[in-house]
Amino acid sequence: MEKFMTHTGKVVPLDRANVDTDQIIPKQFLQKTTRTGFAQHLFHDWRFLDDDGLQPDPSFILNEQQYQGASILLARENFGCGSSREHAPWAIQEYGFKVVVAPSFADIFYGNCINIGVLPIVLNEEAIDELFDHALQKPLELTASLETMTLNYGDKSFPFSLTEFQQYCLRNGIDSVGWTLQSQDKIDQFAASLPAWQ
Amino acid sequence: MPSTLYEKLWQRHLVEDKSGETPLIFVDRHLIHEVTSPQAFANLKFHGRKVHCPERTIATMDHNISTRSADINAAGESAAHQLKTLENNCEEFGVKLYGMGHKNQGIVHVMGPELGLTLPGQVIVCGDSHTATHGAFGSLAFGIGTSEVEHVLATQTLRQNKAKTMKIDIQGKRPLGISAKDIILAVIGKVGTAGATGYVVEYCGETIRNLSMEERMTVCNMSIEFGAKAGLIAPDHTTFEYLKGKEFAPKGDTWLQAVNDWQTLTSDEDAEFDTVVTIAAQDIKPQVTWGTNPGQVTAINSVVPSPEDFSDAVERESCVNALKYMDLEPGTKITDININNVFIGSCTNSRIEDLRIAASVIKGKTVSKNVTAIVVPGSYRVKQQAEAEGLDEIFKQAGFEWRLPGCSMCLGMNDDKLVAGDRCASTSNRNFEGRQGRGSRTHLVSPAMAAAAAIAGHFVDVNQFAGA
Ligand code: SF4
Repeated sequence: MEKFMTHTGKVVPLDRANVDTDQIIPKQFLQKTTRTGFAQHLFHDWRFLDDDGLQPDPSFILNEQQYQGASILLARENFGCGSSREHAPWAIQEYGFKVVVAPSFADIFYGNCINIGVLPIVLNEEAIDELFDHALQKPLELTASLETMTLNYGDKSFPFSLTEFQQYCLRNGIDSVGWTLQSQDKIDQFAASLPAWQ
Repeated sequence: MPSTLYEKLWQRHLVEDKSGETPLIFVDRHLIHEVTSPQAFANLKFHGRKVHCPERTIATMDHNISTRSADINAAGESAAHQLKTLENNCEEFGVKLYGMGHKNQGIVHVMGPELGLTLPGQVIVCGDSHTATHGAFGSLAFGIGTSEVEHVLATQTLRQNKAKTMKIDIQGKRPLGISAKDIILAVIGKVGTAGATGYVVEYCGETIRNLSMEERMTVCNMSIEFGAKAGLIAPDHTTFEYLKGKEFAPKGDTWLQAVNDWQTLTSDEDAEFDTVVTIAAQDIKPQVTWGTNPGQVTAINSVVPSPEDFSDAVERESCVNALKYMDLEPGTKITDININNVFIGSCTNSRIEDLRIAASVIKGKTVSKNVTAIVVPGSYRVKQQAEAEGLDEIFKQAGFEWRLPGCSMCLGMNDDKLVAGDRCASTSNRNFEGRQGRGSRTHLVSPAMAAAAAIAGHFVDVNQFAGA
């Protein structure tokens, strides 16, 4: 996993609540056995008019000229609800997003983001509304910092939180499996103490 | 200190809780399938790591297999590649696989319980959000992403932060014709599509106690549909009766010891929950979703709502989007909505009881000429049992197609898909845009309601239908 400390980038505002993982990456693209190759299908059914993904739908915000090159996704509540498919954050990451900002996330999606090094930032509704107001008018640049644990724009600064361990893993690009394997003895002792039926 | 069932399960599985680290919990059972595991195995290989407890890991094929043929290649090239990758990985890492044609193959959440792989007091995970199904046995069961699948494969543990607790107390006797599906849809309608995010919910009360195991699985299955991490039902006599003698359930003295232990798996009387929701069963009517998330649901005798009915701005906006996608007018009676497809299947409603109920509704009747209807049993065992009871004949005579087990049209990864404009009465769990095929429209209902809709060609109250 890549280390994450600060990131500055353009915001694309996706003004819709309850965006589910079926929208983020529809099922017909889940047959790959790799972690790559999903970006081109991100938001497929909204992004393209045709099934083959050749005709972009001009009315979808990701296709608007002014938002090209965006690396921060601004979203509404309950973003990433639905299935556990990690393909959803893989697609988001591969498309170029490093940060997703929303008033709330579905639990599994949130965890998946942290595990692959996409920073999910939760802000309150007012802050989100304010960001949408600006970003919908003209492209906005934001800086997300794990050093200060804030999302900054202009002279404004919104604090966000992550657990200590989440911060540690993101900042250092920790291989969490390798980390846990250090506790292998403890795990094995634990397993040995379980009753026969468990 | 009095504790909830969740807290007891948590405490029992806590391997390590170091300050500054996310707590490490032990995983008793890891279920895997073809779609969310290949990248996890690939990473294991890359790092030269092993599957730590292959005996705690069980694989099946379900998501993208064909329901017309047991041949792996029938599902298309990329699906076949994914299925073969699973076969190879299981072989290489020593994991037991119930592949195509195996008598234990089935949808992962149907297969686990019917084999007794799912037991009370366990932590069960799977790279699939409907893992909550197994919570019906009083096990802490939840869906995980592929990085976590890799973590469990390599370490048999997971890092998890503790969730909040919600008690959903469903009181009283449920009215005639009200199924577990109606109960859970009514719960989701009340709590809202994200209302339980951050919570583990426990379903309690007389109504829940009187449900069969299969009905309890239907309830717990949809916990994720209102955001819950997991759904729990305390194990009791019904649970033990169901499990007794199952292939992987403990036997002899171990069984007795296990039951003794499992009986302690209840929330203490004065345990405190962070949130409590109470619902009276008698108020629950047969449910039909009208929108594009499972919280957009109403009673069969009701009408399609209007955006103005919602005071919350986000819900109003969601209603506008949903009505547009679903091509529905506010004020339309639910019973006036015509459908052209019916799907009976999925890990929510493809067990033997579901098929029995659906068959009893359609027996001797004929599917409406405008409707294409399929039944997809949840597993080979369900299929066999249904055939032994002659249910397949009842379905076929009514005009249903009788298929091989798999996820099928629940998510349409195989060729069981709807096309744009199709409208389906479905016993599955998600009515998201495009879930059953791009541009198609899904209405979630119980098996009895789906069966009745198949005959009528539109939604009907199954109670009135049965009497007609
Ligand atoms: S039946 Fe549907 S919800 Fe259940 S595991 Fe399969 S795809 Fe997922």
